[in-house]
Amino acid sequence: MPQFLEHSGTSWKGQRLKHAQSPIDRIDPRVRVIVAFLFALVVVSSSRFSVLLAGLGTALLLAGLAHLNFKRTLRRVVAMDMFMIFLVIMLPFTTPGEALFTLAGIPASTEGMMHAFQIALKANAVVLCLLSLVGTMSATTLGHALARLHVPDKLVHLLLFTVRYLDVIGQEYKRMRRAMQARAFVLRSDRHTWCSIGYLVGMLLVRSLERSERIADAMKCRGYNGRFYLLDEMVLTRPDFVFIPLCTLVLGALTGLSFI
Amino acid sequence: MTALIETRKLFYRYSRRGVVLDKVDFTLYPGERVALTGANGAGKTTFLHLLVGLKKAKGGEVHAFGQLRNEEKAFVEVRARAGFLFQDPDDQLFCPTVLEDVAFGPLNLGKSRDEALQLARETLASLGMEGFEERVTHQLSGGEKRMITLACVLAMKPDVLLLDEPSNALDTEARRRLLDTLKSLPHAMIIISHDDEFLRELETRRVRLSDATLVEESIQQGVAVITDAEVA
Repeated sequence: MPQFLEHSGTSWKGQRLKHAQSPIDRIDPRVRVIVAFLFALVVVSSSRFSVLLAGLGTALLLAGLAHLNFKRTLRRVVAMDMFMIFLVIMLPFTTPGEALFTLAGIPASTEGMMHAFQIALKANAVVLCLLSLVGTMSATTLGHALARLHVPDKLVHLLLFTVRYLDVIGQEYKRMRRAMQARAFVLRSDRHTWCSIGYLVGMLLVRSLERSERIADAMKCRGYNGRFYLLDEMVLTRPDFVFIPLCTLVLGALTGLSFI
Repeated sequence: MTALIETRKLFYRYSRRGVVLDKVDFTLYPGERVALTGANGAGKTTFLHLLVGLKKAKGGEVHAFGQLRNEEKAFVEVRARAGFLFQDPDDQLFCPTVLEDVAFGPLNLGKSRDEALQLARETLASLGMEGFEERVTHQLSGGEKRMITLACVLAMKPDVLLLDEPSNALDTEARRRLLDTLKSLPHAMIIISHDDEFLRELETRRVRLSDATLVEESIQQGVAVITDAEVA
């Protein structure tokens, strides 16, 4: 796996451990989740360039406020852009409309071009906002915030358990992978490689399943009856009362701008 | 003296592995520390799982704390009073922070948030693990994980401890610490282990599971045999 995907795909400790304390950290996690959600809603549902540019500007401002690590953020944003790049390239050629230019005999339409730009702007604005507001809290805090916002228990548990055991399963994967290497296994594009990787994935699934059963047993032994208790208390504090009106203002302005 | 846990003609069979427990009679009395030994795959862990109802016996009876336990509902109380320490601490520690994990059991027993936190802090302190409250569970060392799982179990104030290879993968120091802690506890215990020295310091009685039956072994004899082997 390429390094940038490995980073965002298999480990998410949030940026809390490494990034410097920022004003964003002092805002209640629940507020951050809600604001990020509303921001995404406003930006995605607008089709005006002024709104999108203002949205991107706001997101950049938030990123600055959150003291995001520039390199890491860029890596993550690029990782997301990779998913969209084909869509953005294809759109001008597949949307009917006035031809802007022709490439190998296929006309690219102005409408398609605009559409592609819009999608790229929207996606980047939303991702930047998410990275600065939600990405800066640890996954556990996010889980608790979601629980406090009455997101269904099952989903929250799923998130919390994933966070807890991703690392354990990752370790198990690495252990098996090293054991394979220790017996001179090298990745090739032949039958033997495919077969072995298949065994590796299969074994990982079996082991994870068995582990999940043991965890369930261990929880039962301690009287688990389907309920989780959240111990931390989340209380709105002064920074929240500054942040909330500010966000309401910006979001209101963005919404208003889309209707002018 | 009344027995804490008693099995009568306990029977268990796996579809592939075959019979692992054949009409096993066993009794645990207060204050006893019973060492349970046997070859790998002999069914030691299965036996403990049957005692707390994690697996359902194919025959025979489990009596615990003065009552016959034969269904899931009846085992809920057993699990609260018999603390089970799993082989792999990672299976047991699933909360993000140590304090939450230790408080998980007491909360399930119906304690209030403050009581549970208080109990968790006290338990950690009694094991000399104060200062670990806010640590992230999966970043602990093996020895620390073991002590925290013990705290998790003790926070529920059990009468019996069921320990499944507690000294596994511990370094000398962590092992010593666990041993001293266990020795200072008043609980009746069943200890599965392959670590003979560890058992010798703890056990008051030793049973061996072989060929699906439990055989009582005298401790002195056990020691004598081992010494002979060492000499040879």
